[in-house]
Amino acid sequence: MLAYIVRRLWQMLPTMLGVVLLVFVLFNWVGGDPAYILAGKMANAESIANIRHQLGVDQSYPVQLWIFIKQIASFDFGLSWATGEPVSHIIATRLGPSLTVLLPLTLLETLLGIALALVVAFVRGSLTDRAVMIACTVGMSISILVYIIVFQYGLAYKLGWFPVQGWGESFWENLLRYATLPILIGLAVSIAPTLRLYRSFVLDEVGQDYVRTARAKGLSERRVMWVHVLRNAAIPIITHVMANLPALLIGAFLLERFFGIPGIGREVILAVERSDFPVIKAITVYVAAATMVFNLLTDLMYQAVDPRVQLT
Amino acid sequence: MTAVVHAGSPGLWLLAWRRLRADRVAMASLAVVAAFLLMLVLSASGLIVADWEAEVGVNYAPPGFVGAAAASNEVPVAPMQALPDNPFDPLADDIRALRAQLAGAGSVEMYGVADPLADDMAQLRGAGPGAEAAPRAGAGRRPTLPFGGDKWGHDVIKKTIKGGETSIVVGLVAALLAVSLGTLFGALSGYWGGVVDDCFNWFYSIFTAIPSVLMILAVAAVLQQKGVLTIVLILGLTGWTGPYRLIRAEYIKHKSREYVLAADAIGASHWSKMFTHIFPNVSHVALVQMSILVVGFIKAEVILSFLGFGVPVGVVSWGSMLNEAQNELILGRWWQLTAAAIAMALLVTAFSLFTDALRDALDPKVK
Repeated sequence: MLAYIVRRLWQMLPTMLGVVLLVFVLFNWVGGDPAYILAGKMANAESIANIRHQLGVDQSYPVQLWIFIKQIASFDFGLSWATGEPVSHIIATRLGPSLTVLLPLTLLETLLGIALALVVAFVRGSLTDRAVMIACTVGMSISILVYIIVFQYGLAYKLGWFPVQGWGESFWENLLRYATLPILIGLAVSIAPTLRLYRSFVLDEVGQDYVRTARAKGLSERRVMWVHVLRNAAIPIITHVMANLPALLIGAFLLERFFGIPGIGREVILAVERSDFPVIKAITVYVAAATMVFNLLTDLMYQAVDPRVQLT
Repeated sequence: MTAVVHAGSPGLWLLAWRRLRADRVAMASLAVVAAFLLMLVLSASGLIVADWEAEVGVNYAPPGFVGAAAASNEVPVAPMQALPDNPFDPLADDIRALRAQLAGAGSVEMYGVADPLADDMAQLRGAGPGAEAAPRAGAGRRPTLPFGGDKWGHDVIKKTIKGGETSIVVGLVAALLAVSLGTLFGALSGYWGGVVDDCFNWFYSIFTAIPSVLMILAVAAVLQQKGVLTIVLILGLTGWTGPYRLIRAEYIKHKSREYVLAADAIGASHWSKMFTHIFPNVSHVALVQMSILVVGFIKAEVILSFLGFGVPVGVVSWGSMLNEAQNELILGRWWQLTAAAIAMALLVTAFSLFTDALRDALDPKVK
């Protein structure tokens, strides 16, 4: 097991190096000399020269790359160009609000998705099944922007059930007061694709021989679905949930932006608007690293769920 | 798309077409997609909605079926003052202070620079009261429009068609670019194997390690300039991974088939084997991938334009319409939001249903 983990971590190195190279090429080579961007933000030439020196713009590309790698390894990306806040501090403080929205959202989405998928698969081929699938397709076609604009206007602005936007200090206030509507909207947007996907996972299993055997030995349909089929459909579901977690960190940027939640996603949008390269670079590199680590965790979880899986 | 299916070889494509014909949902959605494409061609060639920028109605003209009366008591209200203070807005105090400042400041500080347009401006202002009264009085401007008007009095229906042109063109061209890249990389990778394959797989793992949203935003941050071409490049250059994976798998499967060995025996070049022999046999995968990507890219373009990283000012797309509509909704003007949302939902639903049917028709093994 340990040998497996070490080997997988070792295999991540080239990919990680590639990500670093890609980000480097994008921001240092395509992006060009930061002085042009900085000139619009900072008045005195001295601080611009200082940042150029920090990035090593006046030196060769290998030296610049080495500076970038040192920044990543030391978790020190310097100061934000727009606000002067240390980038590491930005990431550390924005992670909490993002997770406050994302973890309940992912949990609810997965549980609801599994339950609905099993119910729909139970009546597969019926009119209900087809109606639900068409409703899902239509629901997926409406832009997430429309959901957010309409829900925020209707439920928060008109009816006043929820705050229109804002974020407080205490965790429970945030979760129960400010995060509720974003979570509901996130759920409304994501349940349709999730349900469609999970339904296909379940239907892949329903036709298998073991399901027929379970039925033949007289198990109730409910037990067949919830115990036998669910355990086997769990593997693709876990893959889906785990693989999506790091992407969700950014993916909820629209919710965070509309509801004024000071999370990672909103920070990325702000950074793009303000050409705040250090923040984007740092978030890109760390999210890529998180994606790879989560892929490894997914593989480790397979073994916990399915004893047939051998990690070699 | 119809033409392609007809003109194709009578094998796979004709069979697929027959299966599609039998599927009523597929044909209905194909008709909707075709209608949108027809609209796109007509508006791109200037045959319809060339005059979408004409300010035909009064500002925020309501839809005809709502009637002018309902809106006329709403229109004169100054938008900024109409907004009640949001009790949850942490910046409420600052905004109040700013508004007071603005109201007090009145005129703009000129910094001693002579305004070259000052005379013209004065002339315009002199003509102002009359000109201002014109739209209210309805001289040349209509009080209602079939589906309402926007801030400038543009007809929302024409604007939606014009916006659809931008959004659909971006989706189609970007998907074509992404699928071409994915097919080329996948073909090289799957056909040659070995070091070439390792190289492309390395690329693939890099691009999939970064979530696509983040990738798109990072590229948007670097490129700086807005424009339709920029969005196409951003989406196309980041979206090739899906087609690559599938096409590569197909090439690995096909390269040892007998017909490829036969082509090898008659002395076909590598290039000819890859693209004249194998590609027609895997092109259905590329086609399905492309239609999946078109839907995704139309959605992505709408979000990018909404955020202001997409189309430049002056170009209308469904995303920029939604951006305007967001503020209009608070004032009770729901028509632009509804028009853009319905047009987009209709197209994307039809396109998704057609894609599903196309996949089923081209790959009958999958149920």
